[in-house]
Amino acid sequence: MHDHSHHGSELDEMTARVRALETILTEKGLIDPAAVDAIIDTYEHKVGPRNGAEVVARAWSDPAFADWLRKDATEAIASMGFAGRQGEHMVAVFNTPEEHNLVVCTLCSCYPWPVLGLPPAWYKTPDYRARAVRTPRAVLAEFGVSLPEDMRVRVWDSTAEVRYLVIPQRPEGSEGLDEAGLADLVTRDSMIGCGLARRPGAA
Amino acid sequence: MNQPEAPFDAPWQAQLFGLTVALNEAGLFSWPDWAETFGPRVQNAPAEAYWDVWSEALIALLEARGITDMGAVEVLKTRWQEAARATPHGAPIELSASGA
Repeated sequence: MHDHSHHGSELDEMTARVRALETILTEKGLIDPAAVDAIIDTYEHKVGPRNGAEVVARAWSDPAFADWLRKDATEAIASMGFAGRQGEHMVAVFNTPEEHNLVVCTLCSCYPWPVLGLPPAWYKTPDYRARAVRTPRAVLAEFGVSLPEDMRVRVWDSTAEVRYLVIPQRPEGSEGLDEAGLADLVTRDSMIGCGLARRPGAA
Repeated sequence: MNQPEAPFDAPWQAQLFGLTVALNEAGLFSWPDWAETFGPRVQNAPAEAYWDVWSEALIALLEARGITDMGAVEVLKTRWQEAARATPHGAPIELSASGA
């Protein structure tokens, strides 16, 4: 009786599959659709690498905080209000003139959500997951990062339990900046280790 | 790394992510349980299949806990698609519109 072809719309396979899942889970009382919406909103709009940048800026300007971060990154980061899912066991790894740190999740896409938000698509690719471990310098070069020959590169493999945050080296020329100014120099990529902090005045 | 940046490129991916996190929060499974189910499946999957594989892993995890299975999801998926075809553009799609 319905004039389907002229007035209806098509739901693609995956949209329909996820709707079906949502219907089943809601009917069984396992989820509340409003809570699901709130989770999506948080990760799409509220949590992001600005949080991590504030952590790095504080570590650069407050040696006591940097020490705390070395000893118990989870607590130190939580003290700034950045806690929660996928940040329960944080480890901060500090770049030095001798050593550069790079983070990957070889298994899937584990990532420190409270400080960096959700991972960019490239972090989840088989290409990055495999090559970050095998040929980290080549991967870094693709991100435009070339390190001195004698600098060690250490690769950290995230797990469902432990998440890493790279504390990049404080750039030259940033001496007079306050924490907000410093945070502006900290890119997301620099906290994954596939970038460096920006120099003041650089684009 | 000339790859896209956005975590989601379709609303269903965000929805799927939200469902998974909500179920984890409700205590249905731990995040290590999730990683153990999802990890091996996504290990050698092409990048563009990431969220498809995610949905299969979630259904597998729900199946292992006796909550639902792929068959039940497929039946309801078809009902949603029929409902969409029966719903005029601009109106919200509701399951009852399928007449099922």
